[in-house]
Amino acid sequence: MNNLIVLPLILPIFIAVILIFFRQQIRIQRILTFSTLLLLIIVNIYLLIQVKVNGIQVLQFGGWEAPFGISFVADAFAMLLVLTTSIVAFLCMIYAFSSLGETFEKMFVYPLVLLMIGGINGSFLTGDLFNLFVCFEVMLLASYVLITLGGGKERLRESIKYVVINVLASWFFLVGLAMIYGTLGTLNMAHLAQRVAEVNQGPLLTTIALLFLVVFALKAGLLLFFWLPGSYRVPTTPIAAMFGALLTKVGIYAIFRMFTLIFPLETNITHTLIGVMAIATIIFGCFGVMGFKDLRQIVAYNVIISVGFVLLGLYANTTESLEGAVFYLMHDMLIKALLFLMIGTIIYITGRTSFDEIKGLIHQFPLFGWLFFIMMLSLAGIPPLSGFIGKLLIGQGLIDKGAYIAIGIGFLSSVIVLYSLLRIFLKSIFGEATYNQKFKTKIPKMMLVPMVTFGLLTLVLGVGAEIMMPYVEDAARVLTNPEIYINAVLNP
Amino acid sequence: METMMILIIGVLVVVATYLLLSKNIIRIILGTALLSHAVHLLILTIGEVKKGDVPLLKETPGPYTDALPQALILTAIVISFGVTSFILVLAYRAYAQNKTDDMEEMRGDEHE
Repeated sequence: MNNLIVLPLILPIFIAVILIFFRQQIRIQRILTFSTLLLLIIVNIYLLIQVKVNGIQVLQFGGWEAPFGISFVADAFAMLLVLTTSIVAFLCMIYAFSSLGETFEKMFVYPLVLLMIGGINGSFLTGDLFNLFVCFEVMLLASYVLITLGGGKERLRESIKYVVINVLASWFFLVGLAMIYGTLGTLNMAHLAQRVAEVNQGPLLTTIALLFLVVFALKAGLLLFFWLPGSYRVPTTPIAAMFGALLTKVGIYAIFRMFTLIFPLETNITHTLIGVMAIATIIFGCFGVMGFKDLRQIVAYNVIISVGFVLLGLYANTTESLEGAVFYLMHDMLIKALLFLMIGTIIYITGRTSFDEIKGLIHQFPLFGWLFFIMMLSLAGIPPLSGFIGKLLIGQGLIDKGAYIAIGIGFLSSVIVLYSLLRIFLKSIFGEATYNQKFKTKIPKMMLVPMVTFGLLTLVLGVGAEIMMPYVEDAARVLTNPEIYINAVLNP
Repeated sequence: METMMILIIGVLVVVATYLLLSKNIIRIILGTALLSHAVHLLILTIGEVKKGDVPLLKETPGPYTDALPQALILTAIVISFGVTSFILVLAYRAYAQNKTDDMEEMRGDEHE
C-alpha cells in the first residue's frame, strides 16, 4: 500500500476544482497551475525511484482487497509515462502563460488542462478496466472543451467530428467491458489476466480482445486515424501540443497493457494484426506528411507515423523491442510537444500556415532556427539525440523476430519524416530573408524558454540514456513477465 | 427475459446506427444517445436480469443479484448524460457559426 500513488490523479483534479472559483484572478490561476505541475513532477520522480527500489507499488482504494476494490498500480512503465506527462504539461503551460491571452485564461483553460492531466495520469495508473474507462472519459471531456475553446467556424466544425468519433469509441469500450465482464466475471486487470491464462484465451476472448483493439486504435490513431489530422489542427498552440504529445499516447499505453498483460496468448492473431495495422498507419502517415503544404497538417501526420512506429515494438514483442517502445514513447511525448510548439510559433510569427509562403526565419531568429534543426534530427532519430535509442531497440527486436518488411518500412518512415521537416527547414527557416511588415519581430522569452528546455531534454535523454535505461528495463521486464504485475496486485 | 432484452438492444442499435449515418447533426446526437441506452441495457443483461434478491447480506435470504453491473451502468449514464449535453451545446454553437446543420456542408474540404 502506498497512498502517494493517488496524487498524480487527485492533485490536478483537486486544484482544478479550486481554480474554477478564481475565474477572474489570472495571476492566482497561473501561480497555482505552475506550482501544481511542478509539485507533480517532484512527486512523480520520487514515485519512480520508489518503484525502482521497492518494486511495483499498489494502492487498494478504501482497503478493499484487489479483485473486489479498485486498485491503482504504479509500475515503471506507467510511472515513466506519468512523469513525462507532467514534464510536458509543465513546459506547455509555461508556453501558454505568454501565448494564450486573457479570453482563454478567463474561460477556465487552466482548470481544464489540469482535469485533462488528472484523467491521463489516472488512465496510466489504474489497475481496473472500468476505472480506465472513467479516467478516459475525464480526460476526453476536458479535451472536448479544450478543443472548442476560442470558437470560430473551422474549430467548431472539427470539434463536432472529434467529439462524435470519441463518443462512438467510448461506446465500443463499454460494449467490450460488458462482454469481458460477462465472460470472465471480473474487471480488475490483474485478475482478468489470471483468468484469461486459466481458461486459455479461446476464440470468444480473442474476439473481445479485437474489440478492445478497435477501441484503443480509435483513441490512439492506429490505422483508424481519419479524425486525427482535422482535430489536432484546430486548437491553439499549447493545447494542440498537449493533445499531440499526450492524448494518443494514452491509447497506445492501453494497447500495450491489454496485449502484454491480459491477452498475451494468441499472438498469432492479435499481435500480427497490430503489426499490419502499424505498418499501414506508417504508410498512410508518410503520404500525409509528404502531401500537404499546411504546416499544421504535416505535424498531425507526423503524430500518426510515430503511433505506427511505437506499435511495431509491440508487434515484435521481444524484451528489446518493448524497451525500445517504452523509450520511444517517452522521447515521442517530448519531441512531439516541441514540434507542435515550434510550428505554432512559426504560425504565430508569420500568421501564415503554408510553409512556402514563409522564408528565411533564421536570419531574424537564429536560436529558434537551430532549435528547429535539433528537433528535426531528434525526430528522425539521429544518434546523439533521444530518438535514436528507441528506434535502434525496436529495430533490434524486429530483426530478432525476422520481420524484415516491418523494419524496412519503419526505418524508411524516418527518412520521410526527415524529408517532410527538411522541406520546411530549407524553405522557411533557411533561405533568403524576405522583409514583411506583417511578421512579428520578436519571440517572447517565455515562449522560447520551454522550447529550449524541450530541446535540452531530448539531448539529455539521448546522451544520458544510461541514467534512464534501468527504469526502462524494469518497465520492459514487467511487460514481458505479466506474472510480476499479477502477483504485485493480487498477492501483496 | 434475456431474449426480450437482446431484441430491444438490437432494435436500439439498428435505429441508432441509422441516425448516426444521417447528415443532420441533431439526428447524429440522438443516435449517440440511443447507442448509450443500448449499451446500458447490454451491461444489465450480461449481469443476468433478476437472478435473485437484493444484495443486502443477512437482511434477505440469498441467492443475490450481482450489483456491480448496475453500479457500472450508473456511472456510464452519468457520463453519457454529460457528454450528450455538451455535444448539444457544441452543435448549437457550430450551427450558429457555420449557418448549417448539415454534416455534408461541414466537411471542410479546403485542406484536402
